[in-house]
Amino acid sequence: MVEKVVEKKLEKLVVVGNGMAGVACVEQILRHAPKFEITIFGDETHVNYNRILLSSVLAGEKSLDDIVINGLDWYQKNGIDLKLGVRITDVDAVAKTVTGNDGSVTPFDKLLLATGSAPIIPSIDAIEKDGVFVFRNLDDTRALLERSRPGLKAVVIGGGLLGLEAARGLQVQGCEVTVVHLMDTLMERQLDATGGSYLSDKMNRLGVTVLLGLSTTAILGNGKVEGVQFKGGGSIPADLVVVAVGIRPNVLLGQQAGLETKRGIVVNDYMETSHPDMFAVGECVQHNGICYGLVAPLLEQGKVLAATITGNKGPTYQGTVLASKLKIMGVDVFSAGEIGDKVDGSEAVRFEDPSLGIYKKLTLKDHKLTGVILVGETADSHRYMEWLRAGTDLTALRRQLLFPEPGQDSGLDAAQISDSDTVCGCMGVTKGAIIHAVHDKGISTMAQLKECTRASTGCGSCTELCQHLLKAVVPDFQEESKSTICKCIPYSEGNLRDILRGQKLRSVQEVLVIYGDGIGCEVCKPALSYMLDMLWCGDHDEDRSMRYINDRVHANIQKDGTFSVIPRIRGGVTSPDELRRIADVADKYKVPMVKITGSQRIDLLGVKKADLPKMWADLGMQSGQAYTKGVRMVKTCVGTDFCRFGTQDSTSAGIELERRLENLYTPHKVKMGAVGCPRNCAEATVKDIGLVGQEGSWQVVVGGAAGKSVRKADLLITVETTEQAIEAAELFFQYYRENANYLERTYDFVVRFGMEKVRKETVYALNPVKHGLLDRLHKSKALSHDPWLERESPRTPTQFVQIEPLETTLV
Amino acid sequence: MTTPKQWIRITACENIPLREGRAVKVGGNEIAIFNLGDHFLAVDNRCPHNGGPLADGIVSGTTVVCPLHAWKIDLECGSVTKPANTAVCLRTFPTRIDEGVLLLEASALEKRSEEEIVCRRVATSPAVLQPIPEPANQV
Repeated sequence: MVEKVVEKKLEKLVVVGNGMAGVACVEQILRHAPKFEITIFGDETHVNYNRILLSSVLAGEKSLDDIVINGLDWYQKNGIDLKLGVRITDVDAVAKTVTGNDGSVTPFDKLLLATGSAPIIPSIDAIEKDGVFVFRNLDDTRALLERSRPGLKAVVIGGGLLGLEAARGLQVQGCEVTVVHLMDTLMERQLDATGGSYLSDKMNRLGVTVLLGLSTTAILGNGKVEGVQFKGGGSIPADLVVVAVGIRPNVLLGQQAGLETKRGIVVNDYMETSHPDMFAVGECVQHNGICYGLVAPLLEQGKVLAATITGNKGPTYQGTVLASKLKIMGVDVFSAGEIGDKVDGSEAVRFEDPSLGIYKKLTLKDHKLTGVILVGETADSHRYMEWLRAGTDLTALRRQLLFPEPGQDSGLDAAQISDSDTVCGCMGVTKGAIIHAVHDKGISTMAQLKECTRASTGCGSCTELCQHLLKAVVPDFQEESKSTICKCIPYSEGNLRDILRGQKLRSVQEVLVIYGDGIGCEVCKPALSYMLDMLWCGDHDEDRSMRYINDRVHANIQKDGTFSVIPRIRGGVTSPDELRRIADVADKYKVPMVKITGSQRIDLLGVKKADLPKMWADLGMQSGQAYTKGVRMVKTCVGTDFCRFGTQDSTSAGIELERRLENLYTPHKVKMGAVGCPRNCAEATVKDIGLVGQEGSWQVVVGGAAGKSVRKADLLITVETTEQAIEAAELFFQYYRENANYLERTYDFVVRFGMEKVRKETVYALNPVKHGLLDRLHKSKALSHDPWLERESPRTPTQFVQIEPLETTLV
Repeated sequence: MTTPKQWIRITACENIPLREGRAVKVGGNEIAIFNLGDHFLAVDNRCPHNGGPLADGIVSGTTVVCPLHAWKIDLECGSVTKPANTAVCLRTFPTRIDEGVLLLEASALEKRSEEEIVCRRVATSPAVLQPIPEPANQV
């Protein structure tokens, strides 16, 4: 008996389709006993990825790697035979085999069709022209990223969810984008006419042109796309066309297999098809007359199907309340349930504010919510979703439908949600499941939560709610920093850095228009200027209107509107000749005060703006950057040259360090020091970066302060040679540049990050990481220059001069 | 009696870069002129706080932020928007463009050579600031 069980071969399960539905269903099947030997066929050449995030990839907000759901190791670990790049062309229901386009014939005991859907290609003349794209899978996205570039005219045919997301993505890539929509309302399946017009306004304000009620009849151009033509004869120019008018279930294999198909492959509540050994899930199926094109239903279906196919038949699929959310940063649109106005006995509760661009409409019947439209503000979507799902009687809540009681945090009160409520609609994760994960699996961070439950890995709209939940139940939960730069741009700096890294936005104004309010203020403008300079290694579009006055005229403004001039004196080492020139300049321009600074430099105070360029020329010295968030100086002691105690040549080391980093900009000022022995005469241990010489080695210390706060620097590393010490300083310097927030000094930065992490990611990092840091530093350095050279080629004709009026007297 | 309009030719528009300000001396007054893209705005170049040069400030919409202590001035009406409830305001001057040259309407210069005009809020329309006649100490 026992032997027989061992010998009994596992049933073969063949899955056609390696997309979200098929693989999510396999994940569920794996949770039951290992009943199957599984083979998955995918006609794309990629592992399973999150298709709904492709628009974030196109918009540069995520990389292709970010959206992988299951890597190759997952397939291996679960013993799944993955066949990528093979399209199944035939199913033999009698012989129970599938045939691939590579000629392979694979037998199955059970077949799971998860073939998804394909873009609908409308009948438009010459639609096969070069430059016409669809936007459905990873290869499409890659092709669009390759083709799009600043200045191109892109036309998106289709103003639904996908079309609008594609439009925004192309716009972020620099294209001038027009959306052409057949209907009179954008997203007419999810919005009513008013909601659609609010959305049109918002898209127009973002710079995407929206043309409604236009039927495209032909693609124009000689071989390559040059324009699109509309019914009635009008046309617009185009270099690139994206067709996104809808999707159609892939039912061909189902038909070949002899399954009952209508628009999709017909399944019952147990997710069974008309054949006992064949199953189907996802966008290719039709349940109760509906084909779903969104992610939540296919996950619910997957759970039911997994139970049925593993012999645990019982759970049923009852259809899904449809909810959709537009994934465009800054354009909040949410829609769920019935959106039509004219349902018998239904009533609508509305709020709109044209100036704020907010429109909300709830449709109710018998005091129960049947539909929601939210444009411009979607914070309440979770609350409404639960009302819809649960069919809550709202009689007692009528006064709070659109305006929650004061003090309630717009539906985000984690304690109010019941354990069975769904938190993540995409991945079907309940509050109970999250609490369970925290208590039983020791989850304490968002990253672990995502890994363990997949919550918040879909559209991401529940991230905040997940954070609230973790905060409530994990004792020492560290919230991911979400403080925004300022009210003009609703992102944290870290978040924005990650977003902008993948993008082609080179100027602050472009960033403000796309991610902010298009205006900006004195807080975000300099911060964004720094960020772009750093991300582009100096190869950004410099806009001086975004800079503080000090960075417009390269001098420090004083209380009376005059400026101070501090030339660079590397390591504090000067010469009689240099001192004479400084004295002559001070005389010539009647400088009211000449002062030795705490940084071993000389400050000429009280200089008129108009005199700055002439003084710089007469000095013949470089800018000391004493006015900016940048490299100030390296203070040095006399080291081994004259000092009786010196053990290292700190003067030369300091001068070399200053030479390598000067003219670069940093999140906040960077003051450095180099001392030849632990007596620390140049106070290197209270500098942002310090080199402390000792017999036979250097200590490199970072994060010191002797300003508003006093802090002894932390040891980064101890090394033997001066070159190693300088390299360690460079690694930290660039790491600080890339990771600190604007106006965050090194002493706050190292505390926030922790020295262990800093060490691990700089001096103890793998070589490629170190080389990356140094390469970017050197690239920035190569593009940097002495800002005082602008005396010869000013950025604007009136950068330094006061304007003389053409007429002086009153007429 | 209303003072007749007095337009003074100041400078070529391109001398004032987009979203920046420049100072110009007109009849002993220093005026800050700002390029807001589609139009120009002009106010006294002297922050009512400590006299900072507003022309050197960062422009945010139709306001400018003084480079010294970050007071925020509304360039359209001359009032202080930060700190809030500051009942001081600057003179503003109409501008127009004539064949690429910026002109300033300077009759306000004659009316009062004091840089600062104390304002009070009118109870019926809180957004409007009205100048109170400055008494004896006029120079």
